[in-house]
Amino acid sequence: MTLYHYLILSAILFVIGMYGLLTRRNAVGVLMSIELMFNAANINFVAFSKFITPNEFIGQIFSIFVITIAAAEAAVGLAIVLLIYRNYKGIEVDNINFMKW
Amino acid sequence: MFDLAFYILAVLILGSALMVVTLRNIFHCALFLVLCMFSIAGIYILLEAEFIAAVQVLIYVGAVTILMIFAVMLTHQLTGKTIRQVNDQPIAALFIISSLLVLTLLALSKTTWEVASSSGVSPSATELGRALMTVYVLPFEVVSVVLLVALVGAIVISRGD
Amino acid sequence: MLPYSWLIPALPLLSFVLIVFFLIRSNKASSYTSIAAILGSLALSVAVLAEVLGNPQPQEFAINWIFMESFKLPMVMYIDPLTAVMVVMVSLVASLIQIYSLGYMHGDPRFARYYAYMSLFAFSMLGLVVAGSFFTMFIFWELVGLTSYLLIGFWFEKKIASDAGKKAFITTKIGDFGFLIGLLVMFFAAGTLNMAEIFDKVHHHEIALGTITAAGLLMFCGAIGKSAQFPLHVWLPDAMEGPTPVSALIHAATMVAAGVYLTARLMPLVITSHTMAMVVAIIGAFTALMAASIGLVQNDIKRVLAYSTISQLGYMILALGMGGYTAGTFHLMTHACFKALLFLGAGSVIHAVHTNDIQEMGGLGRKMKTTAATFFIASFSIAGIFPLSGFWSKDEIFAVAWEGGHYILLVVAVLAAFMTAFYMFRLCFMVFTGKPRDQEKYDHARESPKNMTIPLVILAFLSITVGWVGIPWLKHGYGSFVFFEHPHHVAPNYILMVISTIVALSGIYLAYLMYYKGSISPVKMAERFKRIYRVLFNKYYFDELYMATIIEPTYRLTEKLYKFDLGVIDWLVNFFGDFTVFLSWIQERFDTYVVDGAVNGLGYTIRAFGGGLRRIQTGQLQNYAFVIFLGLVVFILLRFL
Repeated sequence: MTLYHYLILSAILFVIGMYGLLTRRNAVGVLMSIELMFNAANINFVAFSKFITPNEFIGQIFSIFVITIAAAEAAVGLAIVLLIYRNYKGIEVDNINFMKW
Repeated sequence: MFDLAFYILAVLILGSALMVVTLRNIFHCALFLVLCMFSIAGIYILLEAEFIAAVQVLIYVGAVTILMIFAVMLTHQLTGKTIRQVNDQPIAALFIISSLLVLTLLALSKTTWEVASSSGVSPSATELGRALMTVYVLPFEVVSVVLLVALVGAIVISRGD
Repeated sequence: MLPYSWLIPALPLLSFVLIVFFLIRSNKASSYTSIAAILGSLALSVAVLAEVLGNPQPQEFAINWIFMESFKLPMVMYIDPLTAVMVVMVSLVASLIQIYSLGYMHGDPRFARYYAYMSLFAFSMLGLVVAGSFFTMFIFWELVGLTSYLLIGFWFEKKIASDAGKKAFITTKIGDFGFLIGLLVMFFAAGTLNMAEIFDKVHHHEIALGTITAAGLLMFCGAIGKSAQFPLHVWLPDAMEGPTPVSALIHAATMVAAGVYLTARLMPLVITSHTMAMVVAIIGAFTALMAASIGLVQNDIKRVLAYSTISQLGYMILALGMGGYTAGTFHLMTHACFKALLFLGAGSVIHAVHTNDIQEMGGLGRKMKTTAATFFIASFSIAGIFPLSGFWSKDEIFAVAWEGGHYILLVVAVLAAFMTAFYMFRLCFMVFTGKPRDQEKYDHARESPKNMTIPLVILAFLSITVGWVGIPWLKHGYGSFVFFEHPHHVAPNYILMVISTIVALSGIYLAYLMYYKGSISPVKMAERFKRIYRVLFNKYYFDELYMATIIEPTYRLTEKLYKFDLGVIDWLVNFFGDFTVFLSWIQERFDTYVVDGAVNGLGYTIRAFGGGLRRIQTGQLQNYAFVIFLGLVVFILLRFL
């Protein structure tokens, strides 16, 4: 297995997550898509760590940080979703348009 | 043997990921997300990063996905089939992602990576822990603070009043 | 002392400023300030006179006032014996009359203002007298005219008074216009308006004779206006509408004498130009005779005195025209005393009976002893009875005529003297003797208060004695002090003295017969000379003549001009107005459709663009994400392809 296989896998996973991000109306679904994209990035980091710097494992340490931040993101994101649900009686992202002027 | 495992895992990952972004039932999505995360953990093992695989399982499959399932269950009416689950830009999104994918693959094909020869020894959890506590102690602490702030923030936001 | 003589006019000016700005609310303070100022001027004037008596050389002092690079217009003072005599005379009469006014104007609502005007007048008149250049003199000349206008119209609630003020102002202004033109002619001819320099140039024949005549006569126009000489005499009788002390001060003793003073100052020109001398003398003589004849039949006590004033001023002008510098100014001085006295006496009478008409008076002598006595003294003086002042000064004029060989003028003067004696005693007898014609007014009459009678007594004393300085057989009398070029010593002319006494006495006797004894009926006389009487009573129809020849045509002209205004100018104005409105209408259209269209069009365009662009900002998170990734794609395309 070469680095290319992992990178291609990660690229496909990333665009699938991006598709979800762009199309899901459900805010939780959007969060899930974002998790997919995080994971695609993590696969990249770990693959680079394995193939480019096998002795220094910088990629692995970085992926730990990414996982940590992703966990924090998930916690805050879900809290916001709950709040939105309380205020709007629904979590459809395209109903929330307070960013419009 | 490894090749076969890789392809099986890749199919699992991509397939479950597709399910995650396309299924109408958000609860099913969450379950497929769990499957997807597991498969990614498998990929990490293939990449000789056992510690990361363990963390993946613990945090993603355990914590994050359970969190999501909780959120899904707290916010009822999400699973109803009558609610439209896709907004009005799927075609545009498809165009974007396909062009991005094509471009990424093109870029990949044009890039030459300096692949180093492996010493054959994978780093142990001990070494990772030592590195985090010595060379990378500052980012480690900063991330800890970020996590703490995010936790407090999540509590404050979701308390609501 | 002499360099400080500018203080003489300055003191009343100070008083005027003080009253107007600070004391206008206090009757007492303003009147006392004014009187104190004029008494100060009087003291200074006497000091100046004393100094000039010691050294009669004319002296000049200049205060630089307007000066540009090559053009200087200094405020020049010129002090010679005539000036000294005049300042004493003016400030003396002004002081007495201001004191007299304390009683006469008592209770007037504009008492303080009256004293402010009086101070302003004293300032102007004294300034006029000490002025040493014709330009300075002209300024004060106009100031005097202004105060005269203010004081004639002092009771401006009466339309007749305010009309009289206007009439006086406009009529004298006609003369002043001539004066101004004369000044300009003189300035172009001589290059200066300084009296001493002009007279020097005239003396050395540096100015053409024609120019001298023209400038002199034009300047004499000012004197005609101010001294109420024919043909501008019509304003003075009307000016009697002012308060009586004003009539006494301004329209008898001082301001009207300004014309005579100006003529006296113009003496070098009169001497040089024979034509001018003749014009001056004839105007004086004619005025003397004409005014005296009008005075014969008038019934308003102040108007009689006004015509008398005109007549006496005519005398002075006549004397000056004949070259009698000493005689003219001498008569000016004596006349100021007895005419002021006559007016103040008349004022006292009017104060007592509240009427001006002598046909409503009579027998007042029994009630107003001081007034009557002083009035009689003044009348004797003006009639020319030995040895009162009027006798000496009038005699001097006759003597000048006799010496110069102007026999016709002498006859005219004597005739006028006869008339003067007659109308003065007609006045005396009708007012103070006989039976009261209006019992009610007679009953209410009483003698005036002390502050009115004391000036009368002082003036009566002066009316008797002032003339004595000019007694012909005096070695160092008036003639050796005020003279032109050579001391004027008239040899005592006994024939003339006898003639003038006889003439005066016969005039008095005729009045006595007609108005005291009643042996000749005035009514029958009037019947007999009906035509003459009517002409005289109507003052030779001068007012009517001026009305018909000047005022009416002016009115008609103004009416024509008014119509022209309406028809042509208004039409033009309206036309341009309409045209402008039309233009602005076009402009408004242009504004609405072109300018506004452009502005609005721009606005609409931007708004349309904005409306289009607004759609991009949907507020939809996923739209934004889409755009972000689109940007990423574009970026990669640019970077790698």
